[in-house]
Amino acid sequence: MNFLSNIGKMTVKFIKNAGELALFAYSVITHLFRPPFFFKNIFTQMIEIGFYSLPVVGLTTLFSGMVMALQTYSGFSRLSAESAIPMVVLIALTRELAPVMAGLMVAGRVGASFAAEIGTMKVTEQIDALSSLSTNPIKYLVVPRIIAATLMLPFLVFIGDVIGIQGGYLIGVHKLGFNSATYIKNTWDVMESFDIVSGLIKAAVFGFIIAMLGCYNGYYSDGGAQGVGKATTNAVVSSSILILIFNYILTELFFMA
Amino acid sequence: MTNLKLELTNVSKAFGPKVVLDGFSMKVEKGKSMVIIGGSGTGKSVTLKCIQGLLVPESGSIKVDGEEVVGMKEKDLERVNSKAGMLFQGAALFDSMKVWENIAFGLIQGRKMNKNQAKEIAYDKLKKVGLTSDVGEMYPADLSGGMKKRVGLARAIATSPELIFFDEPTTGLDPIMADVINDLIVSCVKDLGATAVTITHDMVSARKIADEITMLYKGKNIWCGDVKDIDNSNNPYVEQFISGKSEGPIKVEI
Repeated sequence: MNFLSNIGKMTVKFIKNAGELALFAYSVITHLFRPPFFFKNIFTQMIEIGFYSLPVVGLTTLFSGMVMALQTYSGFSRLSAESAIPMVVLIALTRELAPVMAGLMVAGRVGASFAAEIGTMKVTEQIDALSSLSTNPIKYLVVPRIIAATLMLPFLVFIGDVIGIQGGYLIGVHKLGFNSATYIKNTWDVMESFDIVSGLIKAAVFGFIIAMLGCYNGYYSDGGAQGVGKATTNAVVSSSILILIFNYILTELFFMA
Repeated sequence: MTNLKLELTNVSKAFGPKVVLDGFSMKVEKGKSMVIIGGSGTGKSVTLKCIQGLLVPESGSIKVDGEEVVGMKEKDLERVNSKAGMLFQGAALFDSMKVWENIAFGLIQGRKMNKNQAKEIAYDKLKKVGLTSDVGEMYPADLSGGMKKRVGLARAIATSPELIFFDEPTTGLDPIMADVINDLIVSCVKDLGATAVTITHDMVSARKIADEITMLYKGKNIWCGDVKDIDNSNNPYVEQFISGKSEGPIKVEI
């Protein structure tokens, strides 16, 4: 009986949270297009997300590109298809690795900080204080973060694409003995603009997911420090899972439709 | 022409099975200072949050200047809230902003005032609550509990509100600092000619701040009267509360 009751409780909680998230998202989306717009907050968040995430995204994509070149070499050399390495590195990075790795890294860095910051504001009544000062907290705190993350993740992924391909080039030329000009030509020749654009669209979607879940978990946190800790964990875990799910859905939509 | 600033009629609010407000009613006249007393968990803070639209009651009516707040549209609620200021229990200062920016926040964001003008007012209010101008450049984390309360008070009065709410203004302060805060509240409210609603369980504070006192018990208004009548209320609940005795009709659930 306890087992069944726990399943029931979990189902009710899941439905409640899904409904709460849907209402929160609706409220955020309606506020996205209604003034006032807090441009200073949007700019601050853009710097926080775009600029300060550059090292972590750069390093992740650099090593992803390097590993990709090594792994494809070890596989493709069996088929004498080494010349395809630049193409594989390019496609893997622009379509998949850069958006997903950057998404997961930013979810850990930025999503967690959104949840912790807004959660702390919630439990210390700072969000109530905003309302009492005639300032809508969704508009002031959440909307700037959503806009900034949705705009800045494609920027990060674009930089990640460049650095990751550079990583593949470094391994290809300096370790695997590729001719520099040939590697660049093989990369350039197969590059299609949609490879890059599809990755950037994915990045924008991931940015939206990260900011939405970070802010949602913070906004509905309760129970003091423990509640904020839980909100932070939930923000990172749920956005990471959703990034992987939406990555599949978008890939299916872009390349299989 | 009604002289009522605030009117609550049969307000009820529950969180799941826990009923917090159970048909609570209260009237506050313009320019008067009403103090709501009651033990912990009796619904005092919930009452304030319902008045400000931060919580929506299940039933009942809340009127500010004769305007119904329950079910009010977001934009109208912001307009009504712009008439009010609030001092929160923990001051609720914004950590990421300097003290003067905290005080000027309502003026800059709510009233769209020029930043320099708002800064000037913020420093003036800082002086009014007895803090020196160097505090203006500090961050909330650098302040003591008493200083935070003063800054919170300065922020609450910065927009010269018609209605001010004080949530446990003396909780966590030593008796001398509590008395300083009480004096500041009385003088600030008097200077502004504002209507004040304070919730507290500190009777020293209540006697000093109040024109009228309401006692909230189990979500209901069980006594309301002039502050000078509180010692002759003939209400066993009020008598037990102001004497602070454990014996009486109020049972503390341990």
